[in-house]
Amino acid sequence: MAVTLDDYRTVSPPGSVDILRRMAEKLRSRRVLRINANRSGTGVAEMLERHTPLLQELGIDARWEVMRGGEGFQAACQVLYNMLQGEEDRFSEEMLQQFVATNRENAQQLSFDADVVVIHDHQPVPLIDIRPQEGKWVWRCHLDIARPQRKAWAMLRQFLVKYDAAVFSLPKFAQRLPIPQFLIYPSIDPLSDKNRELSELEIGATLDRLGIPRDKPILLQASRFHRFKDPVGVIEAYRIAKKQNDCRLVLAGTPTSDEEGRRLFAELEEAAANDRDVHLLRLPETADIEINALQRAATIVIQKSTREGFGLMVAEAMWKGKPVIGGFAGGITAQLIYEVTGYTVNSVEGCAYRIRTLLNNPELAAKMGKDAREFARWHFLITRNLGDYLALLTTLLR
Amino acid sequence: MSGKNGEAKHPFQFMACWELREMLGRRAADVQELLDGLEEVPLDSIYFHTHSYFLRHPYISGPYPNDFANWAAIQLRDRVLGERLAVIDPFEVGDLEALRNELVTILDDHLSHVGSVPRIAYGELFFFMQSRILAVPAGIKARTLTEFREGLERVDSSAVYFHVLAAITRKGKRRNDFVSWIEDGLGVKELAGRVAAINPYATSLEGVRKNLVELCESAERAAH
Repeated sequence: MAVTLDDYRTVSPPGSVDILRRMAEKLRSRRVLRINANRSGTGVAEMLERHTPLLQELGIDARWEVMRGGEGFQAACQVLYNMLQGEEDRFSEEMLQQFVATNRENAQQLSFDADVVVIHDHQPVPLIDIRPQEGKWVWRCHLDIARPQRKAWAMLRQFLVKYDAAVFSLPKFAQRLPIPQFLIYPSIDPLSDKNRELSELEIGATLDRLGIPRDKPILLQASRFHRFKDPVGVIEAYRIAKKQNDCRLVLAGTPTSDEEGRRLFAELEEAAANDRDVHLLRLPETADIEINALQRAATIVIQKSTREGFGLMVAEAMWKGKPVIGGFAGGITAQLIYEVTGYTVNSVEGCAYRIRTLLNNPELAAKMGKDAREFARWHFLITRNLGDYLALLTTLLR
Repeated sequence: MSGKNGEAKHPFQFMACWELREMLGRRAADVQELLDGLEEVPLDSIYFHTHSYFLRHPYISGPYPNDFANWAAIQLRDRVLGERLAVIDPFEVGDLEALRNELVTILDDHLSHVGSVPRIAYGELFFFMQSRILAVPAGIKARTLTEFREGLERVDSSAVYFHVLAAITRKGKRRNDFVSWIEDGLGVKELAGRVAAINPYATSLEGVRKNLVELCESAERAAH
C-alpha cells in the first residue's frame, strides 16, 4: 500500500505534517518538474521516488523526468563526477561535445512546462540552455564538490550561472556563484525497509541468518568497503578497545568491484582471519532489512570515514537510537553533536577511547542514543526535507 | 481589552514558521577571519548564528547557545574563546548591531591576548549563513487565557520562536507577540509583565514554552 503523509504523523515531530499541509496551501496546483539521470539504483532516484507522490498528495503538480544518454554520455558524466569530487581525470573536448549534445537531444523530448524546474546533479545541467522564458530553474547538487578539479568546475559553472538558485547538502560544498545558494540536508525515510521498526523476532532471525551471535556487545560499521570509510582503522580501534572490553565487530557492506576494492577486502580478511569476533559481511546494495537489523542489534555504530559525502548512514543509526562514533568528515560533523548525540574522532586511538567510554557507561550510551533519535527526528527525516522544499518553492515563487 | 468572561475581542492566532537556510559564500578558518566576517556580513547572518540557533535546536543543542561559541570551542579547540562567546546574552545586549559590536569586541580582545591567531587544525571552517523565515498559520486560535495556554501547550515549538524571539529581533517590535496580546487583548498586565521578563536565551524553546505555560496556569488559578 502506498505511503501517505499521515503515516508520518507518528514518527515525525508533533504537528509537522500539519505544517507541511499549510505550507503547501499557497503552492496548490503549482507545477514542479524534477529531472535527474537515473530512475533507480541511486540515492537521488530513491529520494525522488519517495518525494514525488508526497508532493502530489500536498496538491502540488509534481513531475519527475529522467534524462537518457548513451555510453559516451555515461562515460563523460562519470569523468565529470570524479573531477567534481576532486579526483584527477580528464574531461576531453569530445566528452564536452557529447555531454552538451545529449542534453540538447533530451531537451527535444522533455516538456519544461513548469513553475519550477529542479535539476539534480551534474548530468542534466546544460538543459538550462533550452529553458523557456517562464519558470524558475534550480540546481540541486547532491555531490561533494568541496574541492572540485578546476577545469571540470569551470565547465559546469558556465551553465550554473544561468540558474535562479542552487541547493547544496552542506555549507562546505557551496561554491562562488552569483546566484542564491541554499542549504538542504538530505534525509532518511523512517518508513522504508532500511529504517522502519523491526520486531525483536525479525532482528534475531536476521542476525541468525547472517551468523552474528548476540552474546556480547556489537560494534557495527555498515558502509561500502572503501578506503575512505577506513575499515582497517575500525579494526585497529576495535583491537585496542577489546583489550579491556569484550565485544564483537561487524563490518557490513558492499565491496567495490575494482582492483582497489578487491585489495582492500583481502586486507580486511587477513586482519580478521584469526579473530572469530570480527565479522566481514558482504551484502548486496538491496540488503536494507539486513542493515536495519544490524543497526538495531548494535551497541555502538561506527562510521569512521576519512572522507564522506553527507553520510546518511549516521542518521540511520541515530534514528535507531544508537550512539554513533564518526570520523571527522563530510556531513558526519553536521549530524553528531559532540558528547550529546555521539562523538566525532580524528584517529584510531580516539575511536578506541570512545568505544571504551560507551561500553563502560551503558547509561551514557542509552542517553546519547535517545538524544540521537530525537535529533534525527527533527533534522534528518523526509518530512523536514519536504518542508525545506516547500520553503524553497515558496521563496522562488514569491 | 478583554470583553466578557475574560475574552479578547481579537483572538490570538498562533503562527508556526519554517527556516530556509542560505549560504553567504563567506568562510573563516581562524579567529581573524571570523572577526573580519563578523564586521562585514549582513545583520541577518548575525541573527542566524545567534537567535535562530534556538529554532534549529528546539530540544537538543551543542554545548553553547550560539554557532560562534560552538565553532570556537569544538572546531577551533579554543575553549576560552568559546566560553567568552557563549556567555553573551542577546536578551541583555539589545539590537543586532549591538550584538555584532559585542562579538567583535570579544574577538578583538581575545586576539590581543594570544600570541598567535588561533586557526583550525583538524576542525571545520566556519561558514557564514543567513535564513529566510516563512510564517505558517498553525491553525490554533485563542480568545481566553485558558485557550491561549492550551494552544501554547500543543503548538509546534517554532511558534514559540516566531512569537517570542523573532517578533522582537527580526520584526523590530518593542514587545513580543504574547506580551502584546496578553496586555492589550486580555488586559492582564501583571501576567504580561511576567511573560516579558522571561529570558528566551536562557533555555531552549521547550524551556520557554514550559515557563509560559506555568505562568498562565498560575494566572488562571489566581483568577478563580
